[in-house]
Amino acid sequence: MSKNKLPDELLRFIDEWKDKRGNLIMVLHQVQEHFGYIPREVAFEVADLLNVPVAKIYGVITFYHLFKLTKPGRNRIAVCMGTACYLKGGEDIILELERLLGVGINTVTPDGEFSMEAVRCIGCCGLAPVMTINGEVYGNVKKAELTKILKKVKGGK
Amino acid sequence: MKFTRDTLKTHRDSLRVVKARTTVLVGMGTCGIAAGAKAAFQTLEKAIADKGLQDVVLKRTGCLGLCFAEPTVEVKNANGTSTVYGNVDAAFAERIVTEHLATGTPLTENVYEQPAADLFDEDAAPLKQMRIALRNCAIINPEMIDEYIARDGYAALEKALFEMTPDEVVKEVTDSGLRGRGGAGFPTGRKWMFTKNTPADQKYIVCNADEGDPGAYMDRSVLEGDPHSVLEAMAVAGYTVGANQGFIYIRAEYPLAIDRLNLAIKQAKECGLLGEKILGTDFSFDIELRLGAGAFVCGEETALLASIEGNRGMPVPRPPFPAVKGLWGKPTVINNVETYATIPMILLKGSKWFNSIGTATSKGTKVFAVTGKIKNSGLIEVPMGITLREIIYNICGGIASGKKFKAAQTGGPSGGCITAAFLDTPIDYESLQSIGSMMGSGGMIIMDEDDCMVDVTKFYLEFTVDESCGKCAPCRIGGRTCYNILDRISKGKGQPDDLQKLKDIGHAMRKASLCGLGQTAPNPFMSTMKYFEEEYRAHIEDKKCPAGKCKDLLTYTIDEAKCVGCTACARRCPVSCISGQVKKLHVIDQSKCIKCGQCYEACKFDAVKKG
Repeated sequence: MSKNKLPDELLRFIDEWKDKRGNLIMVLHQVQEHFGYIPREVAFEVADLLNVPVAKIYGVITFYHLFKLTKPGRNRIAVCMGTACYLKGGEDIILELERLLGVGINTVTPDGEFSMEAVRCIGCCGLAPVMTINGEVYGNVKKAELTKILKKVKGGK
Repeated sequence: MKFTRDTLKTHRDSLRVVKARTTVLVGMGTCGIAAGAKAAFQTLEKAIADKGLQDVVLKRTGCLGLCFAEPTVEVKNANGTSTVYGNVDAAFAERIVTEHLATGTPLTENVYEQPAADLFDEDAAPLKQMRIALRNCAIINPEMIDEYIARDGYAALEKALFEMTPDEVVKEVTDSGLRGRGGAGFPTGRKWMFTKNTPADQKYIVCNADEGDPGAYMDRSVLEGDPHSVLEAMAVAGYTVGANQGFIYIRAEYPLAIDRLNLAIKQAKECGLLGEKILGTDFSFDIELRLGAGAFVCGEETALLASIEGNRGMPVPRPPFPAVKGLWGKPTVINNVETYATIPMILLKGSKWFNSIGTATSKGTKVFAVTGKIKNSGLIEVPMGITLREIIYNICGGIASGKKFKAAQTGGPSGGCITAAFLDTPIDYESLQSIGSMMGSGGMIIMDEDDCMVDVTKFYLEFTVDESCGKCAPCRIGGRTCYNILDRISKGKGQPDDLQKLKDIGHAMRKASLCGLGQTAPNPFMSTMKYFEEEYRAHIEDKKCPAGKCKDLLTYTIDEAKCVGCTACARRCPVSCISGQVKKLHVIDQSKCIKCGQCYEACKFDAVKKG
């Protein structure tokens, strides 16, 4: 991928942050927001633009849970596994989703429609168990509602 | 416009001259919105317009703390009284307008108790809680700087800049007895003094908003409900120690808090309350955000600094402490969100006032996120020294299921359990430590008889093992080994000497780990083994889980006397291991059962037994 293949918006961001110390994580966030993950060729591109070794970039990506190296599904489900959600059945929600989607955790459905992961506490403990789909929070989730929710999300696309 | 000291005062006075009006406040933090606050807000907006109600102000605000009753709406009547409504859906929002607002008579349904008196209302009678860090949450619109200014916002910064020397600020904060609210409880004033007294060409102020403890969300609520209070305190810290740059390190998982902080920083700069020459003085101070990326260890201060520097968030040994040698090797003050949010009030009301609240060693108030098996889960702010019994039974309505209280877990993955025997122990930093738990950041998870201590401990250890950065062996290897032991105990494969092994490894981890994560990772099992040894023994010796939580130790059977042969269980069983015909007794084939519990849930006749 040549330099001008990176979207302008991203190039502008990198340009703005280029000379700030400690910019790498902020730039990677922006890359991930754009692509949904951090594609290998973009990581090389960023290394070039920021003048840091690729090894350092991968060191950072693999250290932090939030950075992804593979493309997520069109709809991203994140089930909270904070303590309150765990006590109120967060694990059962994951098992049921695995059953409904037919794929395990941290994988994408074959049609690319959904991906599902367990995440750290999202701070809505009062509504436990909680999950988010594409950033929208669903509280007091019940196993029986999941089919309906998935259908609605899929239909909304 | 950029304020000077005089124009800020005039502006504040002008904001206070408002005629008595009815104000409707909708709690719109992340959890409020998740529960449907947007729909409630839109309905209120439309209904107020449709009815043509004059002099009614509708406001978005932060969290009232009544998470169990979200979305919440508070109506402040022009005459000074107020009503808090919970569980407000669109239909109820409509009724608030057509009945309460139109007639002036409050509704009687969905009414909840006001949690705390307004800190600025000196005539108000004290209520069960006392909100200092949360003083503006659910009162002001966090997206409007004027609302913060009207409630003495930036008055503490003004006081520090014009009336106090840096030494006087340090003294005031030290005398107040304020200790870090992030968990360890280090005296804030002393931290500031170290940085102030270290000569350097550049110093930094950092706010730790990497609230990673599962079950704690007070920092999110402060940032979403009152972001300026943190900005103001950081500027005060900058003036005190001689720093002109601040960073807020915030979890990327808190998008709403990030948006509100960015907006608040922009507004403060426009008003000359951040940026160059604040309030016309020679003091300049800027704040930038840096996002975390999902690493719990980054809540540890040296790891957090490594992360701001753009590196893998791995801790380094202390000393030197960040106060002397921190960000990019420069002296750095690091405090957490709740600590900063408290500081403006200490400067305005004085250290004596703050010092008079709390216990001998722990002053002021603490915010707790009370969750788990509690009836009224939510965010509470209470004076230090309150007992767990008061929190659970007086403020939070008792155990949700009506079952017996088993334990409260505080301090998250680094903390321990408080059992029923200690319900009346006053809560402060020292007393919690003496009973094997810790204050932590304020997460408080309530557990009842259905929760298994081995299971919960395993959950916490899985968390710390996953979050260990791997730099030091005691944490990396010790944590994993302990997790494996707990895992086999929970599966009925525990060895007789497992408890001793856990104790030995835990002891080594406490002594030898590099940072707080590894040093405190054994706390959950050290504490539960002490108070619930019998429960551990039941798993190891009798291969039983008394709480019925550890799946591998459960057997599901069907009660002959109760089974009516409805086939509901057989139809739900994912592995088809239940045999039986319509109106005949059903039987579970134990050799095939995967113990998923679906039959137990499916049975309407209470015939499936778990044990």
